[in-house]
Amino acid sequence: MTRLSSDEIRIALIGAAVVAAAATLPLFDQGYYLSLALNIVLYAALCTAWTLFSGPTHYISLATAAFFGLGTYAVALGLDYLPYPLLVIIGAAVAAILAGLVGAATLRISGVYFVIFTLGLAELVRQIVSWLQTKLSTRMGLYVFTDFTEQHIYWMLLALTVVVFVTGWLINRSRLGFAMQIIGNDETVARHVGIDTAKLKIILFMISGAFIGMAGAILAPRYAYVEPPSAFNPMISFLVVIMALLGGTRRLWGPLVGVIPFTIVMDIVSVRFPNDTSIVIGLSFLLIVYLLPDGVTGRLEQLRARMKHKRVEAEPAALKEPA
Amino acid sequence: METLVTGILLGGTYALIALGLTLQYGVARIMNLATGETLVAACFIAFWLFASYQVSPLWGLFIIAPIAFVINWAIYTYLLRPLVDRARNAGMLEVDSILATFGLLFLFQGLMLRSFGGAYTSYTFLAERFEIFGGFYGLNRVVAFVAACLIAVALYLFLYKTRYGTAVRAVAVNPNSANLVGIDVASAAALAFALGGALTACGGTLLSTYYTFNASMGVVFTMKALIIVIMGGVGDVRGAVLAALILGIAETAVARLIDPGLTLAATYALFTLVLLFRPQGIFGRQQT
Repeated sequence: MTRLSSDEIRIALIGAAVVAAAATLPLFDQGYYLSLALNIVLYAALCTAWTLFSGPTHYISLATAAFFGLGTYAVALGLDYLPYPLLVIIGAAVAAILAGLVGAATLRISGVYFVIFTLGLAELVRQIVSWLQTKLSTRMGLYVFTDFTEQHIYWMLLALTVVVFVTGWLINRSRLGFAMQIIGNDETVARHVGIDTAKLKIILFMISGAFIGMAGAILAPRYAYVEPPSAFNPMISFLVVIMALLGGTRRLWGPLVGVIPFTIVMDIVSVRFPNDTSIVIGLSFLLIVYLLPDGVTGRLEQLRARMKHKRVEAEPAALKEPA
Repeated sequence: METLVTGILLGGTYALIALGLTLQYGVARIMNLATGETLVAACFIAFWLFASYQVSPLWGLFIIAPIAFVINWAIYTYLLRPLVDRARNAGMLEVDSILATFGLLFLFQGLMLRSFGGAYTSYTFLAERFEIFGGFYGLNRVVAFVAACLIAVALYLFLYKTRYGTAVRAVAVNPNSANLVGIDVASAAALAFALGGALTACGGTLLSTYYTFNASMGVVFTMKALIIVIMGGVGDVRGAVLAALILGIAETAVARLIDPGLTLAATYALFTLVLLFRPQGIFGRQQT
């Protein structure tokens, strides 16, 4: 590990200031804006965790809803027996184990199998959980009663987002991050220099899954009543993919650029046009593929690179003129 | 025995859907994740024709399949072809086509929710009993199976006995080499994609005669079709048919013996077995 550069210290300070400002929000509003901000922070955590894995590997994971639901269920099932913080960790662990199993089955072969496997994963876990519930107990739903209010959940999610960011930054500085960069650029090269590509991908997928499980566990008290169809809602997976890709996955903070506007848009759409959410999601996917293949941040960087290029070209011409 | 026959009857319809997808993925190299929506759309149109104009779903096939062919041809030519041209390698095309067909998936789903609503729909067609080996089955299931077999045989004859079919198979093996021997790869791919869509729509029309459907069930069928295609080997017609029958039997057995709510778990169990032991498909050869 090298020492921090002045740039990194500056970014860290700005980040800390933004987080501190965001943390004061519940002091000003306890209603609509807190609820909206909670959604934004939730998707910020989910999308950044998703990008930890899918950014460097380019594998589109649709397992988010499965991990998230497992986290929610860990809390709902264990609340009467165990302390809450322990349940959050259990939620993360269960999600990581599922990620490990899925990764072991698919990441050794090729990316397509991975996408297909994760596509139905939330539905599969939902079927199994429902089946176990009807076998083992008579109730379909579970009540989650805690003393937490929206502001506590908001703060916890904000803290989780910070942890995800710091983890992502540490991974980028580590041997794992360096190896992932090589895998992302060219997998054959990575294998030839002796990187165990499958193992590293599985580890990264488990880290990403654990954070998503944790987010699900933190959000459980908000639902108050947990049922398989609401906990394993596949829509979460798709929304996370859209927001992350809309922002761009090349940088750790890229997804944030997509999360903030899209959460607000979805909030408006789901209130005004509740029957057309699918159409909006469909059009967003098409928009990303055809107009923003590298996301908003990718497009901005392209523009910046082009401007720099122009300036470099213009300067020598200016120098020549006096002679 | 009853489980076996029901499973095979169900597998017949699955086979059509999977054949459609294997053409689209194996020849046109597009992983079409909106295939389930094509199927559901065909279900709704068959229902609408039957309920409003008393058109039997079997005659409906002759209306629905050409429509699906044209729409899928247009989708490939105008939406997906630009992605094929833009992609620098297979991996990029894969990601782009997955995202683009996700877009279509939600767009179609949204449009169907608008036009037909989100309720479960079904209609009564040939709901009489029919005896096979001493057991009784719905006549509609048997008719759907026979129709599926006829369509599959027609596809087989087209692919293996005609010049154009041979060209399509050549593109499936290797697009670059096919180009070298004078095959118009772009038009063969468009044809395969359109034909695949038409087959899927036929599968949907037949499925609607005995199955309760709704606007948001497409993804589950996409999953099943994808798993059948991988199990049979991508682009392999015989493999897809065999895999579809295996899946039909496995699902029916799980639904009968354990719990009807666990059919997807059966699908996944088969999928995992295939991934672990034969990722190249049932008849596929080990790739070097």
